[in-house]
Amino acid sequence: MKARVTVTLKSGILDPQGKAIEGALRSLGVDGVASVRQGKVFDIELAGADKSRAEAVLKEAADKLLANTVIENYRVDVLG
Amino acid sequence: MKSAVLVFPGINRERDMARALKLASGHEAKMVWHAETSLPNGTDLVVVPGGFSYGDYLRCGAIAARSPVMDAVRDFAAQGGLVLGVCNGFQILCESGLLPGVLMRNARLKFICRDVHLRVERSDTPFTRGYNAGQVIRVPVAHGEGNYEADEDTLKRLEGEGRVLYRYCSADGLVDENTNLNGAAHSIAGIVSERGNVLGMMPHPENHVEDIMGCTDGRGLFAGLVAHLQQAA
Repeated sequence: MKARVTVTLKSGILDPQGKAIEGALRSLGVDGVASVRQGKVFDIELAGADKSRAEAVLKEAADKLLANTVIENYRVDVLG
Repeated sequence: MKSAVLVFPGINRERDMARALKLASGHEAKMVWHAETSLPNGTDLVVVPGGFSYGDYLRCGAIAARSPVMDAVRDFAAQGGLVLGVCNGFQILCESGLLPGVLMRNARLKFICRDVHLRVERSDTPFTRGYNAGQVIRVPVAHGEGNYEADEDTLKRLEGEGRVLYRYCSADGLVDENTNLNGAAHSIAGIVSERGNVLGMMPHPENHVEDIMGCTDGRGLFAGLVAHLQQAA
């Protein structure tokens, strides 16, 4: 079973990397970009086939390691 | 003072730290590998040194903070044991939950490697008793992620409880935007835990302890720890 955990910075947390990317896009002439926030994506292969169990495992993984919940939010998607 | 210096893959300041500890205490520090599940008997001080544990993968300090030895460090700290984290060590202590907040990418994105001035905010702690309150010391920094951030409530608590021990400042002790080299909230360079026995700081006091280094301002921190432990004994 495939799954994806997406980790993003909470709103209000300064993101200098996102700001630098935003500036680079502007200097490349890519118009219409108002702002950029950088995050992380984890593609995870799960051993079992139980969907509800899968969500619990991914939440545990995100809480324990993948995200720092002081500054980051995460989203769990079980892709099947 | 019997010190244990933790060693993680990718750490590179453990020998500098051991040298400074030997100089201050006369005791050889014990190196403790990250896979250990206990600390050496009679440990007075645990030091989490600087470097790039696990190549800064995921987030700085994130993987080291989850290694087996950190459970032993958490127990040690819960019993009131002294813990010092420098640079990557500060990041590891934040990631492990021993200190609040997080160290983000420097505000101007650059890796900063140079001497900085720090203002010692108070002298009545084990980590600052070798200095006077308000004293300015010069120590090196070398980091890309030293921008300390925490939520408003946490910052208010840190300030209210006098837990900011070191702040970036000018040579004459002035703290303002120009002296805040990495964008840290409240120019924070070092904080202690609620109980006051765990210090995390970004600068490297262990690299200013001998004349050959050009400055010995870092000595006070280690001398203060030795004095504290002698008094406690």
